[in-house]
Amino acid sequence: MFRFSKPALAQVVFLAAALAAASPARALDDFGLGRAATPDEVKAWDIDVRPDFAGLPKGSGSVSDGETVWEGKCAVCHGTFGESNKVFSPLIGGVTKDDVKSGHVAALKRPDYPGRTTFMKVATISTLFDYIRRAMPWNAPKSLTNDQVYAVLAYMLNLSEIVPDDFVLNEQTIHDVQKMMPNRDGMTYDHAMWPSAAFSGKKMKPDTHAKVCMKNCKDKVEVASSLPEYALSSHGNIADQNRHVGQVRGQTTGPSAADSAAKKHPAAELADASGCLACHAVDTKLVGPSYRDVAEKYKGQDVSALLFKKVREGGEGAWGDVAMPPMTDIKDDDLKTLVAWILKGAPSK
Amino acid sequence: MQRGSDTDLEAMAKAANPARIRKAPENFLGADEIAAVSNGRRDFLRGAFAAAAALGAGAAAAEESPKGDEMILKPQTWATTLGQPVAATPYGMPSKYEGGLIRRQSPGLTQVAGASVSFMPLQGMFGIITPSGLHFERHHQGWYDIDPNKHRFMINGSTPEFVKKAKVYTLDDLMRFPSVSRMHFIECGANTGMEWGNVAVPTVQYTHGMISCSEYTGIPLRTLLEDCGVDWKKAKFVLAEGGDGSAMTRTIPIELVASGEVIVAYGMNGEMLRPENGYPLRLVVPGVQGVSWVKWLRRIEVGDKPYATKDEAVHYIDLMPDGQHRQYTSIQEAKSVITSPSGGQTLLEKGFYNITGLAWSGRGKIARVDVSFDGGINWVEAKLQTPVLSKCLTRFNVPWNWDGKPAILQSRATDETGYVQPGYRMLREVRGTRSIYHNNAIQSWKVVESGDVGNVQVL
Repeated sequence: MFRFSKPALAQVVFLAAALAAASPARALDDFGLGRAATPDEVKAWDIDVRPDFAGLPKGSGSVSDGETVWEGKCAVCHGTFGESNKVFSPLIGGVTKDDVKSGHVAALKRPDYPGRTTFMKVATISTLFDYIRRAMPWNAPKSLTNDQVYAVLAYMLNLSEIVPDDFVLNEQTIHDVQKMMPNRDGMTYDHAMWPSAAFSGKKMKPDTHAKVCMKNCKDKVEVASSLPEYALSSHGNIADQNRHVGQVRGQTTGPSAADSAAKKHPAAELADASGCLACHAVDTKLVGPSYRDVAEKYKGQDVSALLFKKVREGGEGAWGDVAMPPMTDIKDDDLKTLVAWILKGAPSK
Repeated sequence: MQRGSDTDLEAMAKAANPARIRKAPENFLGADEIAAVSNGRRDFLRGAFAAAAALGAGAAAAEESPKGDEMILKPQTWATTLGQPVAATPYGMPSKYEGGLIRRQSPGLTQVAGASVSFMPLQGMFGIITPSGLHFERHHQGWYDIDPNKHRFMINGSTPEFVKKAKVYTLDDLMRFPSVSRMHFIECGANTGMEWGNVAVPTVQYTHGMISCSEYTGIPLRTLLEDCGVDWKKAKFVLAEGGDGSAMTRTIPIELVASGEVIVAYGMNGEMLRPENGYPLRLVVPGVQGVSWVKWLRRIEVGDKPYATKDEAVHYIDLMPDGQHRQYTSIQEAKSVITSPSGGQTLLEKGFYNITGLAWSGRGKIARVDVSFDGGINWVEAKLQTPVLSKCLTRFNVPWNWDGKPAILQSRATDETGYVQPGYRMLREVRGTRSIYHNNAIQSWKVVESGDVGNVQVL
């Protein structure tokens, strides 16, 4: 065991005392880390808008201004009328004049109603302002001015038939709009999945009350649903998604990945490596058309140069309203190979 | 080496031949059993992929020898030649034979991969910790690998009264604070969401794979709020905001922050967070659905009212049969699932199996797990594997001797509050089938005579 000699110990004590005198001891919970945020820094980041409109910036935008913004920046993903489900869930539709009066969207009670749009669900107009400003357009978030956010929101309200064609949304009129939101009374806090009584003022209990039963817990076992045959191969070959050692194997539900990989056409690999397959597939429509559909459309025509230009420079209109972005990174030779392969119907071998 | 490359896949295909002396499955079933196996589904599969099955059976037969196992009798390359040196793979990767166990997307679930989900391969995992490279992903506007020296973290009040001093911290600052390391599960609120109305997907990767469990290292948010001089009496909620394009925002209850449970984390499983999981900083909100664990965390705002952000006012709201949406549903209630054997798998033969699975609760520790082999008529209590931690995955095991007859496997979790995981009938009676979120119903796997396991729902 190490021991201080007496003179050494005295020195340590002296040194400690001297240090203490030089700089007063700091409490261990006074970390002295970080620094004060400047007002400009807080302003730059604190852009949230609450349902009570705390944080709402001044500004204004008309329905017609909004239409311009919409067609330039929003329609490509959300459709001309906000109804598209091609890239995201639909925004507009499913609300009625009666809903605007009642504050409850009636279609939400109907199990047969297909899908739910944003305007069917959202209760608070602040939510849409806040989100559009912080996260839209999807590929250029935070690029809209406050006036543009007001305008595009005015246009969406108009598409939803909540405000008239000549409406101007601003930090004042937005309060009136809140009172017309079709699903404004459609939310409930009565559930046990928030860990406090902050909303309802009462501590809620869980909504199911299962018991631990161990023997003869029911008379019969009713299998209500199983995977339909056609869906067995929808997730590829399950054998390839399991370990090939252990107490089980995966079922063979499709061609093995090894087989598919071995048979791959060089151009197919090129398409994969160039990122084309993020939006296109050989025989099914994804965001963009399938290669088979492209080949079918131009069958018997010499369109190699046209297609080369379309891929290189991007384009829209030929296959619905989702635009093809310009592909500037693919080498000329590779692009020629790809175009020739696509026009042949993208054969796998 | 990149996982899932062609070389790996070829290796996997070779490895698919069983390494044990074993008769092909067709041979150990009796004539009656084979007849029973020949239901429509198996016929469909056998017809379509007969060639593959024949290949497997042939390979197994070839390994039989009167003297014993060739793998023992003949010297193998790995026992008779020199292997790889140290640091051949400076950042180690799993065996090439494990290439099938990867994150996967569910076809048709979303239209664009930048706002989508990849599922964790639960069907092949052991214990409770998810390997970081297999952690499920959910991005709303794509992911970035942010330079940690350019990342800033701000705390401010919705008005100045909530914190005495709005502050900015760098990672250099944050990593000097006293740290804690804790193990917790993270589950997306929409996990099992595809199955509310009926069976929709084939395997546990897709039914339950939006869950992961890690050891997180960071600073309790409480410590940082106190460092800014928070007014605990006035503060009721905080807003967490991400630094990505979506600037993801969620309202967090102050109770959880005040308890010290909420962590501003930079570490995951002993290393820094992975970029897909929020490198260099994310919020950890134990027991609460994943969307609240804001990634690339750039700001915490303290206030007294909830924020109704897009992902708590348009999404992550639970539609009830009366047309009302439950808002701010956050806690993940007790849930469990058998991971092996599970949907899409095949039992190799009759006899002993270790039934294994995971249980978890957003309200605390798992108290018990029961397992049924007959679709919920009779149950046995499973053995919980240690550690059993609060708001963390718990592994359970049950021994089973399969007699070759049809069976329906289920697991049922009970947490320390006494809450018992419900069945589909009970859950649907309250919440209907259109909720999308927070489906914690008992999962059923049906085993047929062939050994095939399939996803079914039992009432």
